[in-house]
Amino acid sequence: MRFSKSLIILALGVSLAACSDSDNNDVEVKPPVVVTPTSYEFTVTITNLTAAQPFSPVALIAHTEGMLWQIGNSASEALERMAEGGDNSQLLTVDFATHAQSAESPLPPGEQLTLTLTTEQLESLKISLATMLVNTNDAFTGLNAIDVSSLAVNESLSRHSHAYDAGTETNSEAHGTIPGPADSGEGFNESRDDINSVAMHPGVVSQDDGLRSSVLTSQHKFDNPVAQIIITRTQ
Amino acid sequence: MKALPLSMLAASALTSFLGQAAELDIKLTNLTQGLHFTPVLIAAHNSEHKLFNVAMPASTALQTMAEGGNLEPLINEATAASSDMVANPAEGLLAPTSSTMATLTTSDGNNYLSLTAMLLPTNDGFVGLDSWMIPSQAGTYTVYLNAYDAGTEANDERVVEGAGALDVLGIPAAPGGNAGSGASGVTSNENNTMVHIHPGNLGDDDLEAGISDLNNTVHRWLNPVAMLTVTVK
Repeated sequence: MRFSKSLIILALGVSLAACSDSDNNDVEVKPPVVVTPTSYEFTVTITNLTAAQPFSPVALIAHTEGMLWQIGNSASEALERMAEGGDNSQLLTVDFATHAQSAESPLPPGEQLTLTLTTEQLESLKISLATMLVNTNDAFTGLNAIDVSSLAVNESLSRHSHAYDAGTETNSEAHGTIPGPADSGEGFNESRDDINSVAMHPGVVSQDDGLRSSVLTSQHKFDNPVAQIIITRTQ
Repeated sequence: MKALPLSMLAASALTSFLGQAAELDIKLTNLTQGLHFTPVLIAAHNSEHKLFNVAMPASTALQTMAEGGNLEPLINEATAASSDMVANPAEGLLAPTSSTMATLTTSDGNNYLSLTAMLLPTNDGFVGLDSWMIPSQAGTYTVYLNAYDAGTEANDERVVEGAGALDVLGIPAAPGGNAGSGASGVTSNENNTMVHIHPGNLGDDDLEAGISDLNNTVHRWLNPVAMLTVTVK
């Protein structure tokens, strides 16, 4: 039923268009169709739920296809740089991102920040974000390709995020390998000496829980979830 | 076909209101970085014939799966209960971060989905889904699964050949090849003998001695340990 009805409407439209074409001597001033560039605005609020894992500057991107990571696939170099050293510059310019925003500074435990993203497209719109847990070798958290195309204005969705492991650096917790304040050690290193596949993070062990060579203490331990993320469409 | 007693006919008429047969595409992903899953059992069942009951003692069938990865007793019980099943879709172990796919056609009344697979290396840990109600609305649903402890064996964390048998204490295998030996054992007690959320592997940093044969930077995990994606057609 619906199909045939729309066919009729389509046919009417075509015949009308044909009429106006052939009658173009009768000057009929049509108001110009004003195409207002529509923009859509989203705020993304991230809360760091951990005890003592600051988050590196959060990278937030809008996209319609692609994923920042996939369990079972090896991490992109952009993801590796963020997960090992907190450097989100390559993630922000990932080729499928249509818009990107970065937090200006790290997000300490127990605090939250809000980023705003404005896009011109709503259809198939997805939001992803990623940030490193900096007192680890290569742990990160975030959201991967959350579809926001059906959110109405002032509607929100809330997610709790897990800790992932980029799989690009062994979780040695050793002195000099952790970029966060617990160690002030090395960030990104291009060698890959772990399983080379993104997984859920097994958690940090720490010197207080049986890893004598660890620079971490019991306060650096974390459990899921590690962050709360609220996405609100504001326009 | 045998004539059904009236009461059963009435029951089947009732269940057809409660839930229709469904066709499911199922994808299971091992989310962990260092644990293997033994052969996976996925069953659609009625409200009574669950694969396991939390906070209840494990059945011998569940214990057999959780301590040694052997699905046979669970399959026999589920067959007797007229459950619909997929057994061992990965055709062996499901390695860390790997996925396996299955399709399952469920019968009327088998409206709940459950799943079990032993976690290696653990003493009696398993990944579990307990009686997830299959949605009647077509769509794709994602469920995260946690690690359970069958409560039938002390988590001593010693890798012992033959420990898959019910009367042998220990972890039967560490398929990643990254466990040690010579551990004295973490504990010889299992205080909670009911099925419960697994407290996690402890491990240690000494692969030749210490209390555990497991590596504390490799064999621990945080929940969830698996992601199940179910497409109801």
